[in-house]
Amino acid sequence: MAFTRCLNDIKPGQFAHIKQLCTDENMHRRLLDIGLIENTKIKCIGKSPFGDPKAFLIRGAVIAIREEDCKDIMIDD
Amino acid sequence: MGLTKSSVGIKAVDIGLSIEKSENEYVIALAGNPNVGKSTVFNGLTGLNQHTGNWAGKTVTNAKGVCSSKKHSYIMVDIPGTYSLMAHSTEEEVARNFICFGKPDAVVVVCDATCLERNLNLVLQTMEICNNVIVCLNLIDEAKRKGIRINKTALSQKLGVPVVSTVARKKKSLTTLLDTVDNYFDKKMIFKPLKITYNEKIENAVYMIEQILTKKGIDGVNTRWLSLRLIENNKSLIDDINKYLGIDINSDDEIKEAVNFAQTLLSNSGIDENAYKESIVSSIMSVAEDICKDTVKYDKGRYAEFDKKADKILTGRLTGYPIMLLLLMFIFWLTVSGANYPSSVLSNWLFYLQDKLHVLFDILKIPPIISSIVIDGAYRVLAWVVSVMLPPMAIFFPLFTLLEDSGYLPRIAYNLDKPFKKCSACGKQALTMCMGFGCNAAGIVGCRIIDSPRERLLAVLTNCFVPCNGRFPALIALISMFFIGTATGTFSSILSALILTLFIILGIVITFLTTKILSKTVLKGIPSSFTLELPPYRRPQIGKVIVRSVFDRTLFVLGRAAAVAAPMGVIIWLFANITVGDSSILNICADFLDPFAKLMGLDGIILMAFILGIPANEIVLPIIIMAYMSSGSLTELASISQMQNLFINNGWTVTTAVCVMIFSLFHWSCSTTLITIKKETGSLKWTVLAFFLPTIIGIVACVIFNSVISIFV
Repeated sequence: MAFTRCLNDIKPGQFAHIKQLCTDENMHRRLLDIGLIENTKIKCIGKSPFGDPKAFLIRGAVIAIREEDCKDIMIDD
Repeated sequence: MGLTKSSVGIKAVDIGLSIEKSENEYVIALAGNPNVGKSTVFNGLTGLNQHTGNWAGKTVTNAKGVCSSKKHSYIMVDIPGTYSLMAHSTEEEVARNFICFGKPDAVVVVCDATCLERNLNLVLQTMEICNNVIVCLNLIDEAKRKGIRINKTALSQKLGVPVVSTVARKKKSLTTLLDTVDNYFDKKMIFKPLKITYNEKIENAVYMIEQILTKKGIDGVNTRWLSLRLIENNKSLIDDINKYLGIDINSDDEIKEAVNFAQTLLSNSGIDENAYKESIVSSIMSVAEDICKDTVKYDKGRYAEFDKKADKILTGRLTGYPIMLLLLMFIFWLTVSGANYPSSVLSNWLFYLQDKLHVLFDILKIPPIISSIVIDGAYRVLAWVVSVMLPPMAIFFPLFTLLEDSGYLPRIAYNLDKPFKKCSACGKQALTMCMGFGCNAAGIVGCRIIDSPRERLLAVLTNCFVPCNGRFPALIALISMFFIGTATGTFSSILSALILTLFIILGIVITFLTTKILSKTVLKGIPSSFTLELPPYRRPQIGKVIVRSVFDRTLFVLGRAAAVAAPMGVIIWLFANITVGDSSILNICADFLDPFAKLMGLDGIILMAFILGIPANEIVLPIIIMAYMSSGSLTELASISQMQNLFINNGWTVTTAVCVMIFSLFHWSCSTTLITIKKETGSLKWTVLAFFLPTIIGIVACVIFNSVISIFV
C-alpha cells in the first residue's frame, strides 16, 4: 500500500512513525545506521534559520535531515 | 579545528593495522558511535592528547597509545567513530578493518548512555565480527540528568559481554573500566556473547556460504559475518580481505557460485539486495530495542529542556545568523584586544635579548659574519614570529576550542546547510571551514566527514579561503597599523575586530562562490543526501581546554613556525647580504618581481615574501620586515608604530595593506596543506588546482582592487 504522508508533513513538536524509506541507496543505509526502520518513532524538534534542514529526534539523538530527503521518508497517517 | 601533532601528520596519525606488541601486552580497540567521548576515554587512559570536541566525525584515523592497569599493560587504539560497520565511508572502513584484521585482543565499544538503543546497533555488529567485546556506557552522568536509568547487570546478561559505566571526563571512573578489562583477561567471569538470528531464509543462505568458506579453510575472519557481507555484495570488504589476509575471494569460482546461488534464492523469495540490507538492520535494531526495553528506564523528566531553548535561539530564524556573526566578531575582538599588550611586551623583551646576544657574541669573540647571520638573520625572524603570533594564537585557540567543546559547531553546519546546498555542496563543509581557522591542513583531513567524494573535493579545494592561524596574526597586525591608526582603547579593538570579521566574511563569500562555480564546471553534480547529528550542548571543560589548547596546539604551531622561521631568517640574511654586481640577491629578485607585484598593488619584496613563505604562512610578514630592514637604516623595531613607519617608508599605503591582506587571504596554501591535499585526494591534478585556484583569485582580486583605487586616487 502507498503511504501518503512524508516527513515534511510534521511540524516542530509533532511526531510520527516511520513506514517506508524511498530514499536513494546511500541515504537509505545512513538512515538504517541511525536506527530508522519501520515503526521507529520520529519527532520533529526544530528547523534551521532557512526552514531547511529540520532537526528530528530519533532514538534519543538529534539528527538534521533536508527537505528533499524528508520527502522520501514516508510516515503513518 | 583539530590541530594537534596527530592531525597534521607528525605523530600517531593513522597507524595502520599492524600493532607491535610484546608478549604480556594486550591490544584494545576503542570503537563507538561518533561523538560518544571515545577520544576522551582514550586520552584519559593513555594520557595522550588526542584532539577532542563535541561533534561527530572528529577522529578520522586510528590513533595509538599505551596505558597500564594494576595487572596488565595495554595498547589502546582509538578508531574513528561510526554508526555501523557496514562500511560505506572511509572512516567506517578504517574502523571495520581494524576490528576485523587488526587482531585486537578486545574491542571496547564506547556507548552514549543517553541513546543506548542506537549505540547497541554498533555493539551487536561488532559482536558479530569478534567475540571479545566489552561495553563501556559513557556519559552516564548526562543520562542520569536526563532521567535515564540503565540496569548494567541486566544489560551485561542480555548481551553476554561485560558492561561498565564511565564518566570519561572524570579520570576516576576510568579505573573501573580498566578493572573490568583486567578481569576480562584474567577470565574471572565467563561470558557468552549474544548471537543475532536473522530471518530463516537469510539464515539458510548464510549457512550455505559458511559451509563453503569453512571447507576452504578461510581463516582470520569470522565466516558467518563474512557470509552475511558476501551476500550483500560488499566490494570494499572483498578487496580488503585480499589485501590483509591474502585471500582473493573474487577468483574463487566455488565461493562466487555459492554467493550467486544464495542471492538468487533470496531474491526468488522476495528478498532483493535492498530488502536484504533492510532486513539485516531491522533484525539487529529489534534486538537492540528488546534489550533496551528490559534494561533502560526513562523517568519522566525535563528532557533536554536546555538544549531546546538554546537551539531555539542559536538556530532560530531571526537569531541564528546574527548570533553566528556576533560570536565570530566577539572572538576576534577578544583576540585583538587581548593580544595587543602581550605582543608589544614580548617584542620589547625579545629585542632587548637581541642586543644582549650581540654583546655575548662579542665577548665570545665570534666572527661578526657568524653573529650577524645568527642574530640578525635567524634570531630576528624568530623573534618576530613569536611576538606577532604567540599572543593572538594563545587567545584564539582556547576560545575556539571552548566553542567546539560546547557543541555549537554542528549548529553552524546546520544553519549554513541551505546556502551550501544552493551551491550543490554539503553543510558539513561549514565544519571543515571552521577547522580551517585553526589550520587548513587539519581542515582538509577533516573533510573526510563528508561522504560524497564530489562534495568532499569541493570542501578540500575551498578550505584555504578561511585564514588559518598562520595568517591571522598578520591580518590583525596590518589592520591595527593601517586602519585603526591613532584610535585607542575599546573603540579601536572593536573596529579592528569588525574589519577582520569583514575580511573573514569576504573569505566565506568567496568560498561559496568558488564552490558554486566548481560545482557547475569541473565538479558537476547535484547535492547528495545529508544527515547531521546535533549533539547535546555540554559545558566545556574550561581549565582543560585552556591548558590543552595552549600546550598542544599553540606551542605546536609555534614550534612548527619557528622551525621554518629560523632557517628562513638565515636565507633572507644571505639574500640581503650576498651581492651580485651592485645589488644584493634580495634586491635583484625583488626588482624582477616588482613590475608584476606593482600591478597587484604590492611590491617585489612582498610578493617574494609570499613565495618564500610557502613552508609556513606565519613567516610572510617577518620576511617582509627583515627584507625592508636589511636594506634600510632601521635596526630597532620594538613597537607596532615603528613597524608602521618602516612600511610607510617603503612606500606602503592603505591600498598596499588591503592588497596584502587580500593576497594573504587568497594565495597558494602552505606546503603542509598542499601535501595533505595530495594525500587526501590522491591526485596531482586536484593538488595543482588547489594551488592555482586561490592564487588566481588573489591575483585577480588584487589587480582589480588596485586599478579601481588608482582610478579614484
